Amino acid sequence: MTVISEGATAAPQAAQTAPLLEVRDLHVEFHTRDGVAKAVNGVNYSVQAGETLAVLGESGSGKSVTAQAIMGILDMPPGRIPQGQILFQGQDMLAMSGEQRRKIRGRKIAMIFQDALSSLNPVLSVGYQLGEMFRVHQGLSRKAAKAKAIELMDRVRIPAAAERVNDYPHQFSGGMRQRIMIAMALALEPDLIIADEPTTALDVTVQAQVMDLLAELQREYNMGLILITHDLGVVADVADKIAVMYAGRIVETAPVHQIYAAPAHPYTKGLLQSIPRLDRKGQELYAIKGLPPNLLHIPSGCAFNPRCPMAQDICRTEVPVLHTAGPGRGSACHFWKETLGE
Amino acid sequence: MSDSTLEPILSVRNLVKHFPLTQGILFKKQIGAVKAVDGISFDLYPGETLGIVGESGCGKSTVAKLLMNLEQATSGEVFYKGQDITRLSGRALKAVRRNIQMVFQDPYTSLNPRMTVGDIIGEPFDIHPEVAPKGDRRKRVQELLDVVGLNPEYLNRYPHQFSGGQRQRIGIARGLALNPEVIICDEPVSALDVSVQAQVVNLMEKLQDEFGLSYIFIAHDLSIVRHISDRVGVMYLGKMAEIGTDAEIYDHPTHPYTQALLSAVPVPDPEAREHRERIILTGDVPSPANPPSGCRFRTRCWKAQERCSQEVPLLAVPSVFAGQDTPAAHESACHFAAEKDVVHAA
Repeated sequence: MTVISEGATAAPQAAQTAPLLEVRDLHVEFHTRDGVAKAVNGVNYSVQAGETLAVLGESGSGKSVTAQAIMGILDMPPGRIPQGQILFQGQDMLAMSGEQRRKIRGRKIAMIFQDALSSLNPVLSVGYQLGEMFRVHQGLSRKAAKAKAIELMDRVRIPAAAERVNDYPHQFSGGMRQRIMIAMALALEPDLIIADEPTTALDVTVQAQVMDLLAELQREYNMGLILITHDLGVVADVADKIAVMYAGRIVETAPVHQIYAAPAHPYTKGLLQSIPRLDRKGQELYAIKGLPPNLLHIPSGCAFNPRCPMAQDICRTEVPVLHTAGPGRGSACHFWKETLGE
Repeated sequence: MSDSTLEPILSVRNLVKHFPLTQGILFKKQIGAVKAVDGISFDLYPGETLGIVGESGCGKSTVAKLLMNLEQATSGEVFYKGQDITRLSGRALKAVRRNIQMVFQDPYTSLNPRMTVGDIIGEPFDIHPEVAPKGDRRKRVQELLDVVGLNPEYLNRYPHQFSGGQRQRIGIARGLALNPEVIICDEPVSALDVSVQAQVVNLMEKLQDEFGLSYIFIAHDLSIVRHISDRVGVMYLGKMAEIGTDAEIYDHPTHPYTQALLSAVPVPDPEAREHRERIILTGDVPSPANPPSGCRFRTRCWKAQERCSQEVPLLAVPSVFAGQDTPAAHESACHFAAEKDVVHAA
């Protein structure tokens, strides 16, 4: 199901189950020597159980910072959350104590990072690191934890799990390490998994294996999944709905089929057009002009206006709100109708 | 394009690079070798773009270094206009290198942070002063900046003042400085954001037309390779699995690895996800230090039979298609080469 709240005040659409996770008007800023970098500027999104939300954006769009805020692993300082709510099963996690959050982290919400090699501890065996989840959260003995670790490694299809449980991360290939990361995230059967570029470091044939595995496990456990990526192809393969981020804001949100067929924001449209296509071989690729903005000096009005082919005066002065552009769709563009209509 | 009447500008024949694995500190004993590139042959024609695709560890970057003679080949030849580069050294090598330049993957580490952009782009002129006389250099560097779409006034800035895409333009300007004939691009856009990739690809195509360059375009992004390449070679574990024109490789692949690779690429079209057949390979790429006998792909191949473990398949037009006028009749290193309809990447 698709629920997209229109700002902090919008009531959840009638008669729908409460979302598993709801981010409301989240702001994150970083205080640096050169000034305040506004990484996230009022993000709203929600995920239901069993649903996959893809958060699409380029580097610096705030997609990973949002995820880190949800997990509660932002470095603060220099990070700061001046405003916003993160509701998990109805409770605002930002208002919780450190201890309460620790109980959720890992047990209810787990995260898969991009670079498995640097996310695993190189001096501990993978069995120990997997077992740690059970020892810390469930108080199991070392022996029982190791048995659980083997079971998990089997679950993510690591061949000869019982023999490899004492191996160290460097002894595994990139794809296998990422599968161990997935196993670790799944260990306590969380309700929500946040995967931050889980396959970016992997080759395509291995990427296909890992995404398949993730999708299968998600179905089995009926988990919510937030998939953070910049790859339009991966999104089309697995997502139910998409939120496109640019300069710390969501510029467009829609069910996956609609966004590819008819984007309602010029940025999304530009991204889709810049993908090389068979029928355009030999021609110039469509390129979005200019560069992504500096977060210390985000352009006034719509942050995309210096790069936008449709920009008018209003775009330079007025920040567009997320207009409803159809059922379950939103576009933060003053000219969303024109963008859709073309 | 690959017109048979043209002489190739680069010809690679049975190129091999083995990195020795040694044991012991003082008396280093060779205990094996990483067979990074193990017998590769191809031609590059003037004005054409040859794409080389493959997964990490398949040896594509080693090929790039061998073509520049940055690595000494274990055996095999690289002919540049009939002259074998691998045997050259000193002045003769320097003269050849003027005509073969390289653009690197990571624009963050391939530019010296302590040099200004003007010095970076002008440095090739220090090594080859005959290209631009001293008084002329500043002007020449500004021209190059203009050609790659940067403001010529940025001459005195440092790399950190530029974004990733702009830095890659600086890298391209440096590659162009000596008016080379061949540019070897090793993953030139993979470190860039999606919206910036298209800008750089367009620039490279424009420069190719303008200066008549030949490109070797190494990348793992299959859709970009298809867009820019006239011919494409697919590498697997140090060997060329299949090579042909872009349409032959993408629309009529006959090697199982190419088929699996193409089917694994996520297609940016959600409508396609229900009814496309994907070949999910099992397992990982074997270690190049200990590659499988016979065909190197056999450990992950669904077609593998006894013969594949005994006999190394040669890169040639498969006998089933030989003499036929079909796009499937291109070079493919598989004993059981056959067409399989895959929904392709681009």
